[in-house]
This record gives sequence, structure tokens and C-alpha cells, in this order.
Amino acid sequence: MQPILKIILSRLMMGLLTLLIVTVVIFSAVELLPGDIATETLGQSATPETLAAFRSKFNLDQPVHVRYGLWLAGAVQGDFGVSLSNQRPIAELIQSRAGNTFFLAGYAAAIAVPLAILLGLVAALYRNSAFDRMISGTTLVAISFPEFFVAYILILIFSVTLGWFPSLADVDGSAPLPERLYRTFLPALTMTLIVMAHMMRMTRAAIINLLASPYIEMAELKGIKRWRVIAVHALPNAMAPIITVVALNLAYLIVGVVLVEVVFVYPGLGQLLVDAVSNRDVTVVQAACLIFAATYILLNMAADILSIIANPKLLHPR
Amino acid sequence: MYYWLSQLREAPVSAWIGIVLIGFFSILAIFAPLIAPFPEIAVVGPQYHAWAAPHYLGTDGLGRDVMSRLIFGARNTVGIALATTILAFLLGGITGLLAATLGGWFDMISSRIVDILMAIPSLIFALMILTITGTSVLSLILVIAVLDSTRVYRLSRAVAQDILTMDYIEVARMRGEGLPWLIRREVLPNAAAPLIAEFGLRFCFVFLFISALSFLGLGLQPPTADWGSMVRESAKLISFANFSTWQTATFGLAPLLPAGAIALLTVAVNLVVDWVLHISSGLKE
Repeated sequence: MQPILKIILSRLMMGLLTLLIVTVVIFSAVELLPGDIATETLGQSATPETLAAFRSKFNLDQPVHVRYGLWLAGAVQGDFGVSLSNQRPIAELIQSRAGNTFFLAGYAAAIAVPLAILLGLVAALYRNSAFDRMISGTTLVAISFPEFFVAYILILIFSVTLGWFPSLADVDGSAPLPERLYRTFLPALTMTLIVMAHMMRMTRAAIINLLASPYIEMAELKGIKRWRVIAVHALPNAMAPIITVVALNLAYLIVGVVLVEVVFVYPGLGQLLVDAVSNRDVTVVQAACLIFAATYILLNMAADILSIIANPKLLHPR
Repeated sequence: MYYWLSQLREAPVSAWIGIVLIGFFSILAIFAPLIAPFPEIAVVGPQYHAWAAPHYLGTDGLGRDVMSRLIFGARNTVGIALATTILAFLLGGITGLLAATLGGWFDMISSRIVDILMAIPSLIFALMILTITGTSVLSLILVIAVLDSTRVYRLSRAVAQDILTMDYIEVARMRGEGLPWLIRREVLPNAAAPLIAEFGLRFCFVFLFISALSFLGLGLQPPTADWGSMVRESAKLISFANFSTWQTATFGLAPLLPAGAIALLTVAVNLVVDWVLHISSGLKE
């Protein structure tokens, strides 16, 4: 077998193993809950018969490992059980909201990634210029400012003062795409501003690292234009670190979305998670956490694997 | 000590801005009851009073003085963030140093636990644990400290492993020094600079994390004054903002004040951390 395939397969297995352990951790969260779920849901006045019926309905009379197996098997098929607070199936609650969340994260990524790489290239091209220093400055701002601060500044400018965009993004999947893009522009912009700085800095650093290498000097001596040296000669070799940082930031985006959704009252998974935590609706929290954690782990794994693929040294072993 | 004082004289303007801001916030936090014109949770005026004497930053939806609550917020939010960071450092630092010096099964097990904790995004993990434990100050501190200690563990373990390959460690071991002596006298002094910088960064992270949880309504609970929950409480006002008159403009600024305080303190700490990192890396301009 090719060694690179072996590495990728082992990373894949590691990722899936991590995911499996994380499901165990998330599942045990409910086990740690003090008190008996059946008595808590049905109230103190419930007869022993109704309690027994409730337990057998939700498999609470089974041993822990059997319940874990049932829960995992259900989760894989998209069935997360029922909400503790209103007895509705969680899959129903989650389906459209997860779609909304991924839509928003994808929207932000579609703006942030190309913009960050482009600006990073420009910063590398004109390093130590005013533009370059400005980019270094924005990184500090981006890691220091809480998401909601950025969000409220944007609302104040673009929604309240200028009136260009709505401050509430209460739009769901049924709206036509242009309207959806328009109404979710401010939340997407907030997340773009937060994740862009890091990607920009890494792009710039990766390119500048390469600029000292002899083959770049050779290209420059041949009289190739500077932007061409950077875009055609340096960029392909800088791809591995850039891809890694992009994937890591996408993983961050998935988590950062929770706060942004709450600010803009966007009907997404993050909003649902926060509501469920304040109602202490554990089964819903479990399902939402599982989706967030799985996305995060898969994106991190993708970052790992892509950076291996993008590294030409591993593609052609001696 | 003398070294740091001499460095302080040569510190760049950015570091000085950071130090002054941190000093300002510390004074607010320590002397909050003396500085604040009104008590933390008392209703002292009409609801949504405009920015005028005696309520220079207005009052909130219950008629509490916003300026006093901002000052007490410095004490509550920063105090809890500081306690959490210290706890995270003790936990992560000690286990990390032990893992590096002891090695073997202790290193194996603790590293795997940290791997698993870090595989789940910390906001998601914290939300899940807080569902079970409920949102009390103590559980907040413990949960965030444990989650955050994973990064400290990784760093201190890596730094200590680097140091442990040095010759002087070998010499100390051959001299027959015990483990506590090794850690205290050989490893810690050499690991101090990166750990101090990390402390600043961790503090920022914890501080933003607690503010975010409070903003979501899952952190510090009312009526405690706290910047994150103040943003949450005044967020609705922003849609009434109107820059035609000063009176209505203040509505827009209401959520920005506490949020800005959070941002300002984080920027200040980062400025100082940058400077410490710069010194400890030994780079000269």
C-alpha cells in the first residue's frame, strides 16, 4: 500500500475513534444527571405503573450499555429521541435548525476564506507597508473583541444608522435564496470579521517563509513580476499550512455561530442549544452537542488529512 | 526583579497603554464600593434614565445606575476570570510538569484525557456540563478551569520536556536530587517566561468565555452586576438608537459600554502579553 494512503487511513481511524469516545462522553452526561428522569418528567404523583410504562417506552429499564447502543444507533440514523421538556421528537426540532446553522457558517466561510487568502497575499506582497501593519493590528482586535461586541457595532452602523440590513435574521429555509442571503448578511459578516484575521496572518506568514527560499530568488532573478512570483511560485507550496488554518477556522466558525445566532435571533442550532441548556432539557442538549462536536472533529480531521495530501514530500516517497 | 524594571523603562508605547489600562481596571475592581456612586443592585432612579447627573451613564431597565454596575462588573467578571485562570494554571501546570518529569503511565493517561477534552469545542462542552450542574458561580469556575487547564497542560508539558533534555537536569539527577527539587529549582525557573505569557492569554480566553456564557444567560446570574449579562440586558435598546439627538443616541451605546469594557481589557492584556513574549524570546528590534 502507498505510505500516504496508510497515513490518511490511520488519521481517519483516529478521527472516528475520537468521535466514538466523544459520543460516550456526551451520552454519560445524562447518566450523571441527579434524580430519576421518569419521576422528574411525570411528577411525584405518578403511579408505579405509569412510571414503569414510561421507563420501558424510553428503554430506561435497560442497562447502561444497551441504552448507549440504542441511542447511538438512533443518532446515526438521525433519531435523537424525544425532548424532555415537551416530549416532541428531537429530530423534528433539529432538522431545519441544523440546516440553517450550516447555511450561515457556509455563507460566512464563502466570504471569509477567499477574502482572507487574497488579503494575506497582498500583505505578503507589500510587507512592512501601512496595509501590512493594519492587518497585524486587526488580528489583535479580532482575538480580543467578543463576538457580540462586533455584532452590536455592525447592527448599530448598518442596521440602526444606515438602515441597509435588518438587525434580526429571523429567516428560515422557506425564504428565497436572495432574501435569505440579504437577511443573514450581518451575522455572516460578524463571523467573517472574527475568523478572517487569523487566516490572513497565516497566509502571510506561510508566503513570507517561502520567499527566502532559493527557487523564489531564482524566479525573481529571471525577472518575473512580483505578484506572479507569489501567486504562481510561492502559493502552491504554501498551500498546506493555509489549508490547515482554514479548516481549523471553519471548525471555530461552527462553535462561534452559537453566540452570533443569539445576537441576531437566527433560528439555528446554537439558539436551540442555549434555550435547551437554560431549560435543562438534557436530551436536546445531547443531540445539539453531538452535532456540533461531530462537525468540529470532522473538520479537524479534514484539516489533518488535507495538509498531508497538500504536502508533496509525502506524495512521492523515496 | 531588577531585570524586569529595567525592561519596563524600555517598554514600547503599546505595552504602556496595556499596563495603564490594566492598572485602571484593577483599581476599579479593588475599590469598587468606594468609587461607585450607587450600590450594585439597588434601584436608585427611574427606568432608562438618560445620560445626565446624577446617573452619568443612565440607568438600566430596573432603574439601577449603569456606571456603578459597570464598576462592580469589573470586580465580579474580572475576579471570577482571574480565579478560574489561577485554578486552571495550578491544575494544568502541575499535571503537565508531572507528566513530563514522571513520564510512563501517568503521562499516557493524562495526555489521552486531555486529547479527549480538547476534541470537543470548549463552549459546547461547557454548555453540556452546565446543563447538568446548573449555573452557579462555583460550577462555572470549576468547569471552565478544567476545560482550560488542558491547554496549560499541553504547554507546560512541552516546555518541561524541552528543559528535561538539558545537561544540567542530567547533572541534578546524578547528584541524586528528588522530584520536587527538580521541578522547583530546575524546571520552573526556566519555564517561567512562556508560562507567564500563557497566563495572560489564558486569562483573556477565560474572561471572554465567561462573558460569552453570561451574555447567553448561562454564566453569572442576576442581580450580580457583570459585563456579559449587562450586554444581554441592554441589547434590546439598540434598536431605539437614533443619532439625531444625544438622548436617543445613548440607547445605541448602552450594550456597547459593557461589551467595549470587555474588549478594552482583553486588548490591554494582549498588548502586555505581546511585550512579555517579545522580551522572553530575546529578540531585539
